[in-house]
Amino acid sequence: MPVPGLVALVGALAAACLVALWLRRAPRRLQSAPSPSPRASDVELLGTSELGAELGERATLVQFSTAFCQPCRATRRILDDVARAVPGVAHIEVDAESHLELVRRLDIRRTPTVLVLDEAGRVVRRASGQPRKVDVLQALDAAVS
Amino acid sequence: MSVRSRTPTSADAVPAAPELRDAVDPRGLRLAAALTALVLAVVLLTGSGWLLGAQAVVFALGVVDRSPYGWLFRRLVRPRLGPPAELEDARPPRFAQGVGLAFALAGVVGFLLGSEVLALTATAAALAAAFLNAAFGVCLGCELYLVIRRAFHRDAGHERTATPQTNTHPHSNQEVSL
Repeated sequence: MPVPGLVALVGALAAACLVALWLRRAPRRLQSAPSPSPRASDVELLGTSELGAELGERATLVQFSTAFCQPCRATRRILDDVARAVPGVAHIEVDAESHLELVRRLDIRRTPTVLVLDEAGRVVRRASGQPRKVDVLQALDAAVS
Repeated sequence: MSVRSRTPTSADAVPAAPELRDAVDPRGLRLAAALTALVLAVVLLTGSGWLLGAQAVVFALGVVDRSPYGWLFRRLVRPRLGPPAELEDARPPRFAQGVGLAFALAGVVGFLLGSEVLALTATAAALAAAFLNAAFGVCLGCELYLVIRRAFHRDAGHERTATPQTNTHPHSNQEVSL
């Protein structure tokens, strides 16, 4: 079966390259969340009851993680750093697997996904994949202003 | 930063440093993925169901942390390298080995039944995942994990793999090394 095998080999490698490109291209920036619609009911509101932890006084960084997520550790470190450096900001890490209800509601597909909440718990920004520290700081600035 | 807080609380919860119960050298994982990709490529080119069976055994051993590729790395490669810059959580790659095992078994079944389509498709899928890991450091099974869990959604509020951690650092100089 050398010819079909060769086709399968080339196809597999090409598919892998496409997937890698797609994952790299996926937005790492924290985007304004989620719909620009001004209707208040469209804005997701999160609180202690959903997250199982106190919100920050001014803003909260919510990180969804799973046990099988490689970039979650690095993301945790970045967000911890930010929460430590910026007063009034809390970092809450949520295990996606044990909060599947919430994961569906927020339409979270990848881990890590980072949400930035303002002081009221409104989701103002979100990013899937490992965010850069500058982007997190920028998003926080937007969240508290 | 223009973010300022007026009332810094001092009650600082002990930052839950994520303890790595089992950690692995990421370079060993990359080597194992490269060897896996190589073996799977040979399977496709030769059509050898036996070789795929052998790779399935390697996957199975990897699930229980006994991967011969890991052993090769520790015996032959690791002593020639410096210490790793960072260790990685062993759970994602272990999970990925399980995914690889599933595809390899499907491929073996394909070879046994004489179904070229099943054999080649399953092997090619495993090869794509191994190559992604070797060349780009992407763990495909891990990326898909949440999507799969969501699809088979039954809310598992009781079973949690990593309990949510809260780290509030309103005004602390405490340094935590992770």
